[in-house]
Amino acid sequence: MKAPAEKSFEEKKKIHDKGIEEGAAQLTQEKVHQVVQQMLSAEGGARLKAYIETCSHCGLCSEACHYYLSNDNNPIYSPAGKVKQTIGEIVKKKGKVSVDFIKEACEISFTECNLCRRCVMYCPFGIDVAYMMLFMRRICHKLGVVPQYIQDTAHSHSATLNQMWVKEDEWIDTLQWQEEEAQDEFPDLRIPIEKEGADIFYSVIGPEPKFRAQLIYQMAVIMYASGADWTMPATPGWDNSDMCMYTGDVEMVARLKKVHFETAMRLKNKRIVMGECGHAFRSVHDVGNRFLGWKMAPLPVVHAIEFYYELLRDRKIRIKNKLSQPVTFHDPCNIVRGRGLHEMGRYVINETCKTFIEMHPNREHNFCCAAGGGVINCGPPFRNKRVTGNRVKADQLAEAKKKGAEIVIAPCHNCHGGLEDIIKHYELGMELKFLGDILYEVMEK
Amino acid sequence: MHAIYEIISGPMVWLAFGIFILGSLYRLFSMGRLALKKDAVVFSYMSIYYALRSIVHWIVPFASVNMRKHPVMTLVAFVFHICLFVVPIFLFAHIIMIHEAWQINWVYIPNLAADVMTLAVIGACIFFFCRRLILPEVRYLTTYSDFLILAGVAAPFITGFWSFHQYPGHVAAGILHILSGEIILVMIPFTRLSHMLFFPFTRGYAGSEFGGVRNAKDW
Repeated sequence: MKAPAEKSFEEKKKIHDKGIEEGAAQLTQEKVHQVVQQMLSAEGGARLKAYIETCSHCGLCSEACHYYLSNDNNPIYSPAGKVKQTIGEIVKKKGKVSVDFIKEACEISFTECNLCRRCVMYCPFGIDVAYMMLFMRRICHKLGVVPQYIQDTAHSHSATLNQMWVKEDEWIDTLQWQEEEAQDEFPDLRIPIEKEGADIFYSVIGPEPKFRAQLIYQMAVIMYASGADWTMPATPGWDNSDMCMYTGDVEMVARLKKVHFETAMRLKNKRIVMGECGHAFRSVHDVGNRFLGWKMAPLPVVHAIEFYYELLRDRKIRIKNKLSQPVTFHDPCNIVRGRGLHEMGRYVINETCKTFIEMHPNREHNFCCAAGGGVINCGPPFRNKRVTGNRVKADQLAEAKKKGAEIVIAPCHNCHGGLEDIIKHYELGMELKFLGDILYEVMEK
Repeated sequence: MHAIYEIISGPMVWLAFGIFILGSLYRLFSMGRLALKKDAVVFSYMSIYYALRSIVHWIVPFASVNMRKHPVMTLVAFVFHICLFVVPIFLFAHIIMIHEAWQINWVYIPNLAADVMTLAVIGACIFFFCRRLILPEVRYLTTYSDFLILAGVAAPFITGFWSFHQYPGHVAAGILHILSGEIILVMIPFTRLSHMLFFPFTRGYAGSEFGGVRNAKDW
C-alpha cells in the first residue's frame, strides 16, 4: 500500500526550495506540535471535522484531478490521497507530526493542488479538498515554511499593497505612459486617474503594469471606444491580486481587500470592473470579503468577460471583422467554477471569432491550467512538476488543435502562464491570447 | 443461550437504539455548535434551494458526471444503499415483532424480495471489499477501519439470511444477527458511517456555495 508514496517521496527530494528548507531549519518538534495544535483548536472547525470524518475513502475524487491523471493515475496525487498525506495525518495524530512531515505537506499542499475545486464536483459528499489544502497551507504559513517565490510576492503585498513591488510613482507613470502611447492612435483618449463618481473603477493585477502594460492600453481603447465612464486610482488599492490568499496569510488577505474596496468607495465609483484574472476575481468575489466579515463584496464586482459581454450585447462595441483563425477556449476555474461565466465567454467569442472549437471536457468540468492556486507563483523549482503534472491539459489542447484550433483563448493571467509552459513543453505550436486581445483586434476603434 | 437471547433482544436493543438516536443527535448538535463558533460562514452561505438542488442531483442515479463515469460503482452503490434501508425497515419478520410488542405495523416486502435484497447487500459488500483491494487509488486510501466497517455492515445481513433460512447453527446465527444489528446502530454516529448524518450538510453546503456564490453547477 505504501510503495507509490515512497517512490514519489524519493523523486520529490530532488526539489530544493529555500523557503521550505530554511523555514523548516528554524523549527523544532515542540514548536511544530504547539503551532499545529493551536491552529487545530483555534481554526479547525466543523467543516474540517465533517470533511475528514465523512470521507469514506471511496477514491471517486481521483479522476477529477489533473495531477492524478497526468501522473499515470498514481494514487498519491488523488485529492483524497493528498489529504491523507497532509491535513488528514495531522488530524489523526492530533498535531504530533515531525518537521520533515511539515516540509513534505508544504510541498504537496502548495505545489500539487491548484485549489481548482474540480474534485468537489466528483465527491459524492461534496467534500472541499481545496479548503483542506488551504488549511494545510495556513499551518505552513504559521510555521514559516512557505515556498520562497510565493512568499516573496506575499511580502510585496504586505510592503507595497501590490504583488510586484511596484512603487506608487511607477504605477502612475505606467498609466500615463500607456495613455500617451494610445494617444498616438486616438488623440483624445484618456486614462482617467482618481475620477470621483465614475461608473467604473477599473482594477488590475500587479503583473499588468510590471510586465504586460499593453493590456492596460488595450482596455483603455475598449473603454474609449465604448464611451465608458471609468477611472483608475492613483493610490495603493489599484491591485486586485492576492497571493496571500494562497499562502494562508488571511490577515493580509483582509488588509488587501479592505484597501481595494475602500479605494473604490473613496472614489464613489459604482462598480469594480477587473482585468482578465481568475485568482484576483476569487479573492475579491469569494474570499477576501469573507475575511472582512462581509457576505458579498460591498459593491458589484465584474470580471472582464462579463464586461465584454455587456459591451457586445448592448452594442457599445461594434465588430469590424471577425477573427478568421479558428479558436478554442480554456475555461478558467476561478471564473467558471467560481462564477459561472462560461456562457458569457462563449458569447464574446462567437461575436468576435468566425470559428470556435470546443475543448473537452469544458465549462465547469474543464481541467485546470495547473498554474492556479498559487502553484506557478511557487516559482522555477516546481515548474517541471507543474508542467508534467498536467499532461491531460496538453492532450486536451492537442485534440482541439487536431480539430483545427490555432489560437487558445484563456481569460486569466495564471492560466496564461500555465498554458504557455504547457504549449512550449509539449510542442503544441498554438498561439495563446486573452479575450481582450481578440476584442481589441477585431473591434471598430 | 436463552439468557443471552433475553439480554440482546431486550435491554440491548433499547441501549443500541438509544445510543444510535442520542449519539446521532449529539453529533449533529455538537457539529452545529462548532460550526456556529468557528465556521459562521457556513450559516451565511447555506441556501435551502441550492442545497436541495445539489442533494437531488446526488441522490438520483446517474444524475452527476462522475456517476456516469463509473456506471458499475453507481449501480452497486445505489442498490446497496436502498436495500440497506428497505430490508430492515420493511422486513416481515421485523414488523411482526414490532406488532407483537406495540400492536403497530406497516407495509412489508415479500420474503422473496427481502432475500434478493439481502443478497444484493452482501454482494455489494463483496464488491466494495474487492474494490478496496484491487483499485490502487482506493487501496491507497483504505485503512483497517474501512474493512471493519464493511464487515460490520455485512454482518447483520449475512446472519439474518442464515437465521431466516434455518441453515445449520441458525440459533447462534440469530443471536449474532441481533447483536451485529445493534453494533452497527451504535457505530453509525461514531465512525465513518456518520456520512449518513453529515451527507445532507456537506453536499448541501457545496451546493450552496457553488449555486449561490459561484453561479455554477456542482455535479
